[in-house]
Amino acid sequence: MSELDLRRASSVDEALTIMRDEGRTPIAGATDLYVAAQFGTLVPRKLLDIWKLKELRTIGTAADGQTLVIGALSTYTDLMQSAVVQDRLPMLVTAARLVGGVQIQNRGTIGGNIVNGSPAGDTLPVFAAADAVVVLRSLRGERRVPFNEFYAGYRKTVIKPDELLIAVETPSIDGIQAFRKVGTRAAQAISKIAMAAVRDPKRPRIAFGSLAATVVRVPKTEAALASGNSIDEAAAVLEAEINPIDDVRSTAVYRKRVAVNLLRWFWKETAPA
Amino acid sequence: MKFTLNGKATEVNASPAARLLDVLREDCGLTGTKEGCGEGECGACSVLIDGEVVCSCLVPFAQADNAEVLTIEGLNGTHPLQKLFMDEVGAQCGICTPGMIIAAMTLGEKPTLDEVKVALAGNLCRCTGYSAIYRAIMKWRGMPLPDESSSAVTA
Repeated sequence: MSELDLRRASSVDEALTIMRDEGRTPIAGATDLYVAAQFGTLVPRKLLDIWKLKELRTIGTAADGQTLVIGALSTYTDLMQSAVVQDRLPMLVTAARLVGGVQIQNRGTIGGNIVNGSPAGDTLPVFAAADAVVVLRSLRGERRVPFNEFYAGYRKTVIKPDELLIAVETPSIDGIQAFRKVGTRAAQAISKIAMAAVRDPKRPRIAFGSLAATVVRVPKTEAALASGNSIDEAAAVLEAEINPIDDVRSTAVYRKRVAVNLLRWFWKETAPA
Repeated sequence: MKFTLNGKATEVNASPAARLLDVLREDCGLTGTKEGCGEGECGACSVLIDGEVVCSCLVPFAQADNAEVLTIEGLNGTHPLQKLFMDEVGAQCGICTPGMIIAAMTLGEKPTLDEVKVALAGNLCRCTGYSAIYRAIMKWRGMPLPDESSSAVTA
C-alpha cells in the first residue's frame, strides 16, 4: 500500500480545494478501498484522507425538526448508538448491525457505503426505501440529489470528481420499517439479497439490494400494495417486476424466490392487528 | 509519524498509506498481530486504536497518527485471558488468537454469551469451533456458562 499517494485534509474546505486542484479520491474508513488496493484493483492512486473531519461525523435533525441528517463520516457503530437514528430510522440500525463484524462497523462510514455504490451495500436499500436525499458539496456549491437518482449504473454515481458527499438526509417516515439481509452466515456475509421496507399506509415502499446492478425500488409492487391488492397479487407483481442477476453469491432463481418470500414476510409481520 | 504503541511513545518513519499492520510487524517488529485474509474478513490483524477494535490491514498508517494503539504484545503475555486461552484450549493453530484476545478487551465487566459472540463476530477461527474461546472469555469475566450444547454452532 506504501506506493499509494495519501494526503490528509484538515477541514472540509481544504478537502474540497485539494479535490478540485489535485483530483484526489477521498478515503475514510478504508474498508472498501484498502481491500481493492490489496487485490490490485484500486484504480485511483492519489488518495485524500478525510477520516478525521469531525464536522462530517454528526447525526441530528434539520431546522424543520423532522428531517434526519446523517454526516457522511458517521460509522455503522455511530448509527447503532445514535438515539435519533434508533427513533427515526430503526431499519438503518438493523442494517448497520449486519455489516461485517465490529472491526468494520467501527471504521466503515455511511458516505463510503453510498459512494462505493456496490449493489450489495447494506445500507443502500434503507436509503432507497426512505426516499433519502444525498448532499453533495464542491467549491462550486452544494446540491441535493434524490438517493433514488444517485446511481447511474453498476458502481456508477452522478457525483462529480470535485464533489464530496457531505451528508444523507431522510424525511420523517410513517409506518413500520423493516430490514432483512440474507447471506451465508450471521456475521461477515456479503448479501445474496437484502430488503428494506416501509409500511406507510398511503405509500408502502420496498427496496432491494443485490438484486440488480444498483439498489432498486419496485414501483409496480408498491402500487399493487398501495391499492389494496392481496399479498398474493402483490407477490405475483413482484415476481414479474424483478429480473435478478446471477453471480458468484447466488442465482437469479434463488434471488427471485427469496425476494418474494421477504415481501410476504414483511407484509405478514407488519399486518395491522 | 508519532503514536503511542502499547503505552510507549513511538515514532516511525513510514509511508502514510502503509497498512498499520505492516508498520506494526515490519517497522516496529511486533509480529504478534497476524495477517489472515488481508481484506477485513477474518479479524486476525485486530488491534485497538483509541480503545476501538479495528482490522489493522485496512487502516492507513496516517490514521494512527497521535492515536493509542494496543497490540497483543501490550498484554505482556501475562494477561489472565491469555492464560485462560491456554488452559481452556481456546488456541490451537494460534493465528486467530491475538485478534480474538484483543477483540475481547472491548467487552464490558459482565458480558453475556451473546455479547461475547457479537464482540467476536468479526474474528474467524477455523480450529476450535469457538466454544473453547467463549469459555475462556466467560471464565475470565467470572460469568456462568450456559449449557454447552447451546454455546457452539451459531457463531
